Amino acid sequence: MTKLLILIVVVLGILAVAQLARVYELTSKLRGKREEEIFDADNRMNATLMWLFPIAYFGFFLWLVMAYGDKMLPVAASTQGVDTDALMNFNWWILIITFIVTNILLFYFAGKYVFSKDRRAYWQPHNNKLELAWTIAPAAVLAVIIIFGLNTWQNITAPALPDAMSMELYAKQFDWTARYPGNDGMLGATDYRVISGENPLGIVTEATINKRLEEISLEKADTEKELGGLIADSRREELEHRLGYLDRIAARIVNLRMVMAQDIKTKGAASAYLHGADDVVTKDFMLPKGRETNILIRSRDIIHSAYIPHLRIQMNAVPGMTTSMKVTPTITTDSMRTIAEVMQQVDEINAIRAGKGQSPYVFDYLLLCNKICGAAHYNMQMTLTVTTASEFDAWLAEANKKPFEPASTNAEQPAAADGGIAAMPVNGNDSSTN
Amino acid sequence: MGAHAHAANAGHAAGHHEHHHHEESFVSKWVFSQDHKMIGKQFLVTAIFMAWVAVIMSLIFRLQLAWPNEGFAFTNFFLGDKWAPGGVLDPNMYLALVTIHGTIMVFFVLTGGLSGTFANLLIPLQVGARDMASGFINMLSYWFFLLSSVIMLASLFVEGGPASAGWTIYPPLSALPKAIPGSGTGMTLWLVSMTFFIASSLMGGLNYVVTILNLRTKGMKMTRMPLTMWAIFLTAVLGILSFPVLLSAALLLLLDRTLNTSFYLSDIHLAGEALEQTGGSPVLFQHLFWFLGHPEVYIVLLPALGITSEIISTNARKPIFGYRAMIGSILAIGFLSFIVWGHHMFVTGMNPFLGSVFVATTLLIAIPSAVKVFNYITTLWKGNIIFTPAMLFSIGLVATFIAGGLTGIILADSALDIAVHDTYFVVAHFHIVMGMSAIFGMFAGIYHWFPKMYGKMMNTKLGYAHFWVTFICAFGVFFPMHFIGLAGAPRRYYSYTEFPMFDSVVDLNIVVTVFAIIGALAQVLFTYNFFYSIYRGPKAVQNPWKSNTLEWTTPVEHIHGNWPGPIPTVHRWPYDYSKPGKTEDWVSQITPLDPGEEEH
Ligand code: HEM
Ligand SMILES: [Cu+2]
Ligand SMILES: [Cu+2]
Repeated sequence: MTKLLILIVVVLGILAVAQLARVYELTSKLRGKREEEIFDADNRMNATLMWLFPIAYFGFFLWLVMAYGDKMLPVAASTQGVDTDALMNFNWWILIITFIVTNILLFYFAGKYVFSKDRRAYWQPHNNKLELAWTIAPAAVLAVIIIFGLNTWQNITAPALPDAMSMELYAKQFDWTARYPGNDGMLGATDYRVISGENPLGIVTEATINKRLEEISLEKADTEKELGGLIADSRREELEHRLGYLDRIAARIVNLRMVMAQDIKTKGAASAYLHGADDVVTKDFMLPKGRETNILIRSRDIIHSAYIPHLRIQMNAVPGMTTSMKVTPTITTDSMRTIAEVMQQVDEINAIRAGKGQSPYVFDYLLLCNKICGAAHYNMQMTLTVTTASEFDAWLAEANKKPFEPASTNAEQPAAADGGIAAMPVNGNDSSTN
Repeated sequence: MGAHAHAANAGHAAGHHEHHHHEESFVSKWVFSQDHKMIGKQFLVTAIFMAWVAVIMSLIFRLQLAWPNEGFAFTNFFLGDKWAPGGVLDPNMYLALVTIHGTIMVFFVLTGGLSGTFANLLIPLQVGARDMASGFINMLSYWFFLLSSVIMLASLFVEGGPASAGWTIYPPLSALPKAIPGSGTGMTLWLVSMTFFIASSLMGGLNYVVTILNLRTKGMKMTRMPLTMWAIFLTAVLGILSFPVLLSAALLLLLDRTLNTSFYLSDIHLAGEALEQTGGSPVLFQHLFWFLGHPEVYIVLLPALGITSEIISTNARKPIFGYRAMIGSILAIGFLSFIVWGHHMFVTGMNPFLGSVFVATTLLIAIPSAVKVFNYITTLWKGNIIFTPAMLFSIGLVATFIAGGLTGIILADSALDIAVHDTYFVVAHFHIVMGMSAIFGMFAGIYHWFPKMYGKMMNTKLGYAHFWVTFICAFGVFFPMHFIGLAGAPRRYYSYTEFPMFDSVVDLNIVVTVFAIIGALAQVLFTYNFFYSIYRGPKAVQNPWKSNTLEWTTPVEHIHGNWPGPIPTVHRWPYDYSKPGKTEDWVSQITPLDPGEEEH
């Protein structure tokens, strides 16, 4: 309420200022001046302000750099990010110099050539040489920027090395799940129609297909049973609708089974359909330092974006397609925590948090969702842990003990058997990944 | 063509005289007016209203960003208990406000408002025509605009709230009501509103193009047109070529929403259920959207650049430097703007080679943009500058165009865009280069042509206060956002409290919000000055800025047909300011060349 009052007071204050301006206008009219004429005093005042403004402007810029420059993202923690930062810094030099020079010229001229009755503006409609020069100069600079930029872009987006491990990030409202290949080194095929509570990523195996078909036929049976009873017309319509839907989905899944059989027949052991059962589905997002990893990205529902600011990488998660980005982390989470720049940032953050009585912060890499996806978009995050390659191998070997579909279990008792995190497959689309 | 156009105009003029004596009814004068000047004013007043709606929305979400999860009476006052229980903004409403704020600002204020006002007001006056080619279609264009504004505002009140998928309304989020509450009725209304908006835009645009091509007065060669006309002409062409693509994108989205088609949908599992749609691609929508979306940013910007070219030259009392280069850059920007849309999609998984092509085309745009900036600066050099409020805003535009254009180079560099795409850095970039530049151009135009619109003068002192506070606040608001973005903070986040990573930069959000509040208050000054001056402002003289262009040869009192007698003939370009050998420092376009005088 007090805030509303403050607002009202401020608005009234402004109206008072406006009223004063009117009074001024009337008095100047009484003095026989036309208010709308621009007087020398006005021109001089504005000319002075034109000279003062850039001081404030550059001052503000400088203050931001001094006060916040060290709070920007710390050193890039991937080879791709190191390339990006080099390109970024190169660009900044050009841009900041251009920024300062053009602004100085603009405000200097604006303030200097203020109106005087005794002077005339210099008649200069054009000057072809000058114009040619400042078309060619930016063109040349831009050519350099383009070449350097495209070179970096090519390095970053070139296909991952053939022996790079592929892992998957799977997005849905509003969380992430990771999937790693099992001992076979390959990720299995997925399809969004076999997604279920136990198979959140929609990994396709004989068992998940059967399970899903079974669930559907159970629901069909229930629906038909209800239809057999006495029910309102609207409900009947709804249920009939539902039955049609279940039939069509079941038909698609049966079709998927045929596709799968065909694929296995032609590709043999290389078929992605044979590699899902041993995949590791986990809420732990781990990457090995110094190794190139190919991150495949999928979405269950709408577009999300996998953004890892410290590694300077980002790629959208688009339903219906698999996107990818490669990354070679260069600093483990543990070493990052000991880098002076990072420690200083963490200290500052902790000073702020202590002031608010919040728990202390320990540095971690974060995977953030960077495409608007709904109410909890702002909290769709996952911690990334970068370890040494050997630590990673050990972790993956351990994780492999809890595959998505343990070899011993059948479809009736899948993930539950391994308990805990291991068996949380994310969702899937019908695109197959290898 | 010139002669032919002239004949047609003369005929019109003759017919016009009798017509003139009819008493116009209140309705045909003020409501269903077909007079371009009145229609321009209708656009302007509607846009000012819409701008206030969008400003208040931005204050509400800025309060949340600065002081997350705190209650504000201000928020509760506008949103009530449903969307702001205890004054704490609801996260869904946060996204809705951001979406509608962007939509209103980009389309209703800076497209409909800016082009609608100045194209309508200025085209016939500056090319020397009695009115638009079709007064009726012109009137329809306004009424469709008003209708679409009303529908957009109505969407704020529906169950589930207005569209919330961002002003870019990417499907599937915008296609599936189960994905976000705002994708229900609110989204349908958004699409319906935009359909009317596009229709309005097309009717307006066709009229502008036809009028400029066919109804120029005798002597008004294309190369004697003021740069405002060139800019508005290209803007209209861009709109005609790109808005239909948005319309088709919107219609396909509507089909996906209502008839279960799958243009943009495939393999989606939502709310525990697999959707049946397969085979579509959400990325297709982005291609269609940005095929309009990028030209759209120039639709917004070019009129502002045209307006300021005119105002800077007039008030520097110096010809605009490099008139032909300015036309050339407008044409180059217009052409290039159609082949750069992919720079909004570098991280959608597009083929990297295609990405490279978009990098190159996008960066090419920086060349004509740079030429324009250099030409503005050179126009000021050795000028004789009169600081009207319009001139201040024009110089302000050059400053924002520099700052925003430079960060565009970072974003256009695909490798860098990976790191900053969809962060606050982008928000800073497009608000400065598009938002501020275009708004400054619009303010400049309002201050400059207010005497032409209302026959009154606005208060200069209030104009100065308005400019300086707005100018300072614009940088206070948007400059720090670069830093928030470079710290890695994503945009469209309801708050940054869920992880500590940004704790040391988010206090910049308080700086931003405080500047935003002061900046918004400065607009009260403007609004007051505007409406007060309409009624009580001092009466304007015919040519208050000693300007060369044709509109200042019409009488102060508006008349149907613009000129009481025949339409004047044009003898020279519009920028003969401080020409050697002339006694005055200006020479109207209708003054014949002296014997032996070179045109320029
Ligand atoms: C030197 C010229 C410019 C260049 C090189 C440039 C480049 C870019 C790029 C590459 C993006 C995409 C960034 C991203 O989403 O990550 C972008 C965003 C944007 N630009 Fe520019 N730009 C320039 C000028 C302009 C102008 C003149 C306007 C407006 C009149 C404008 C308005 C926008 C808008 C509205 C967005 C945001 C789109 C969104 O919602 O994501 N830009 N710009
Ligand atoms: Cu998200
Ligand atoms: Cu663009």
